[in-house]
Amino acid sequence: MVASRLLRPASRLLSTHRPFISPSKSALQPAASLPTLVNARRYATPSGVKEVAVRDALNEALAEELEANDKVFVLGEEVAQYNGAYKVTKGLLDRFGDKRVIDSPITESGFCGLTVGAALAGLHPVCEFMTFNFAMQAIDQIINSAAKTHYMSGGIQPCNITFRGPNGFAAGVAAQHSQDYSSWYGSIPGLKVVAPYSSEDAKGLLKAAIRDPNPVVVLENELMYGTHFPMSEAAQRDDFVLPFGKAKIERPGKDLTIVTLSRCVGQALTAAEQMKKDYGVEAEVINLRSVKPLDVEAIVKSVKKTGHLMAVESGFPSFGVGAEILALTMEYAFDYLDAPAVRITGAEVPTPYAQGLENMSFPSEDLIAKYGAKLLRV
Amino acid sequence: MASSVHFPGAVNSKFTTDLAFEQPSTHPAMPTYRVMDSDGIIVDESRKPSDISNEEILKWYKNMLTGTGPPAIVSIMDLIMFDAQRQGRLSFYMVSAGEEGIAIGSASALFPKDVIFCQYRETGVFQQRGFALSDFMNQLFANGKDNGKGRNMPVHYGSSKLNIHTISSTLATQIPQAAGAAYALKIQALQNPNMVPRIVACYFGEGAASEGDFHAALNIAATRSCPVVFICRNNGYAISTPTLEQYRGDGIASRGIGYGIDTIRVDGNDIFAVREVTKEARRMALENGGKPILIEAMSYRVSHHSTSDDSFAYRAKVEVEDWKRRDNPITRLRKWMEHQGLWDDEMEKEARSQIRKDVLKAFAQAEKEKRAPLRDMFTDVYEDLSEESKVQMKELGRLLDEYPGEYDVSEFEGGRKGLDEPAEQ
Ligand SMILES: Cc1ncc(C[n+]2csc(CCOP(=O)(O)OP(=O)(O)O)c2C)c(N)n1
Ligand SMILES: [Mg+2]
Repeated sequence: MVASRLLRPASRLLSTHRPFISPSKSALQPAASLPTLVNARRYATPSGVKEVAVRDALNEALAEELEANDKVFVLGEEVAQYNGAYKVTKGLLDRFGDKRVIDSPITESGFCGLTVGAALAGLHPVCEFMTFNFAMQAIDQIINSAAKTHYMSGGIQPCNITFRGPNGFAAGVAAQHSQDYSSWYGSIPGLKVVAPYSSEDAKGLLKAAIRDPNPVVVLENELMYGTHFPMSEAAQRDDFVLPFGKAKIERPGKDLTIVTLSRCVGQALTAAEQMKKDYGVEAEVINLRSVKPLDVEAIVKSVKKTGHLMAVESGFPSFGVGAEILALTMEYAFDYLDAPAVRITGAEVPTPYAQGLENMSFPSEDLIAKYGAKLLRV
Repeated sequence: MASSVHFPGAVNSKFTTDLAFEQPSTHPAMPTYRVMDSDGIIVDESRKPSDISNEEILKWYKNMLTGTGPPAIVSIMDLIMFDAQRQGRLSFYMVSAGEEGIAIGSASALFPKDVIFCQYRETGVFQQRGFALSDFMNQLFANGKDNGKGRNMPVHYGSSKLNIHTISSTLATQIPQAAGAAYALKIQALQNPNMVPRIVACYFGEGAASEGDFHAALNIAATRSCPVVFICRNNGYAISTPTLEQYRGDGIASRGIGYGIDTIRVDGNDIFAVREVTKEARRMALENGGKPILIEAMSYRVSHHSTSDDSFAYRAKVEVEDWKRRDNPITRLRKWMEHQGLWDDEMEKEARSQIRKDVLKAFAQAEKEKRAPLRDMFTDVYEDLSEESKVQMKELGRLLDEYPGEYDVSEFEGGRKGLDEPAEQ
């Protein structure tokens, strides 16, 4: 569905006036209830809003899906007894027992292969990696088996699996623990890839991932687990899911479109406030939420309004999410750009351990604001 | 006679009419070799260590004390660094209490030219090979004197001078690499028969042995006849995962047999046994052009996994206290030394206070050292600086020259000059 959208000329894309429809209705059960939920979320009264940490939102999503569907189970290193390396699976073993929340020996290729096999046999596993850095030990299972078997078996073999865990850099853990895999998985046909920013994102996207009949990679962010976000009444309910391929405008603006994802969303929001204060410009911040499918419509619509685009991500510069956003913008919104689009990414270097260098290896609020000002020539 | 099978995949197999599956439970567990019991008494006088001087043994003991000290007091370097991490002066640290016997015993049997791969809990190996306190501290504080130029997490030591590969965070990757390094040594020895033959020693935990890399490594090392000694530290835990959940077979040792590798299990708390076993393994690994050997050294991880871990969340404190009291590699050797009249309380006190002083001195010195030169921000991503990096370096130099007041580069080695090409040696 998204492919067809991508292959349509931009002009036609923009001239369609129908309201946006979720590109992956199969992801949503029940699909019909979703639009209301999304609306309800927007108009929730502050009274019912609760502050929830991203970690707890993920935990709630897992608990609700384990509760709702006995085909769902969670497996990974230290997920049961120890409550997860980052405590995301806290309390789940006690609640659902050791048939549903399962500790693995230290073998990513082993437990990832096991969950992929279970998915091919019809179960709905959630495969937790201590970090996506360690998923590289098992990446063949994800890319060559999970992503492709449905297609290559002629559609016979389902693969309803969710891969999840922290992604990207943390703090002082050096190059082998600091990589962002958004573009790696985002380039694979057969996979869906989401990257939550807030607690609502985390819950809604993880639940959608577990329900989606396809393999979905949920790229969480270690630095965000402890961050609290308001969660609407609707999002607190157990039928709350978010659609894939649908970005969220976190902050409306008329001068500059900032397209970003995961932790960088928060940085972009701070930068947008700083730009408003320093230069009186209004940046629109788009939280992608979903890397694949990617909401090109939201980007084009925004660029049409602002005439300026900046992509912000924490992956490496080459062949990254930023590169993709710029390419899409060039393909579908070139005529609306008043200046060449720019990207801010991680630095072209294996992530250094030293704190000062580590900080400089990734986008900062200040850098985003400065680049924004430069792009707008203010 | 057709009593033998001769299928290519199992040439020595005999025919049988007995329908019986091999049951692991009917095989006795592999024995654990030891020389000295937990009271420091030599259990078999004929196995008494005879080729080691008392001086050497005292050195081991002090190395063990430095690396991590007796249970009652915990460690000297470990304790100091653990606290430093808690105070935010380090991002991370890993201690090795309980496993000093394995590290120092095995390293003492290796040749300085042998090549070593470690996992991360082998402080004693570095120490025994001559990694100085200042080397540890420079790495831990990621200063300009660190061999790794401050680019790695704490405890990821490495030393080309000591032939120890830099530690990698990703579990088990060193095991097949060790087979490869051993293969290189084998070829080198073939091409250059006058060289003293060398082996590779490769350390890893029983948890890492669950990774696919372990299995691939043993098979490739066996089939390519690589002179490598695999040394598994089986300390009962992989972070929170106990061995009970890690595997169902007879430890790691039983796997060696399956891969056609000569294997032994040893009491890791008995430094004499570990040394003797490693010495023999080294000799065997070089026999007939080379072959791999597997040693499974048994111990107990007395410490938390790392500074990010609180192990009492998954194991009872009494279990740990019991182990500390019942058996410990340092206490064992100390008791033996006392029986021999080589050691007493006075010497213990003296040694501890000296080590503590030395550690604190190295600590203070390392914290004061300058950071790596500015140039190192750009170097080593590739063997040669990329064109982009050269341009960026030049631009940085221009900015520093134009706005010297904006950038304080005094804490980096060489200051502004540290960005320039070092003079050719
Ligand atoms: C591929 C990979 N998976 C997971 C981890 C996280 N991790 C770091 S240490 C460790 C436990 C290893 O246990 P073991 O090999 O027994 O060594 P020990 O810590 O007991 O010395 C784990 C799971 C990692 N570093 N790399
Ligand atoms: Mg272990």
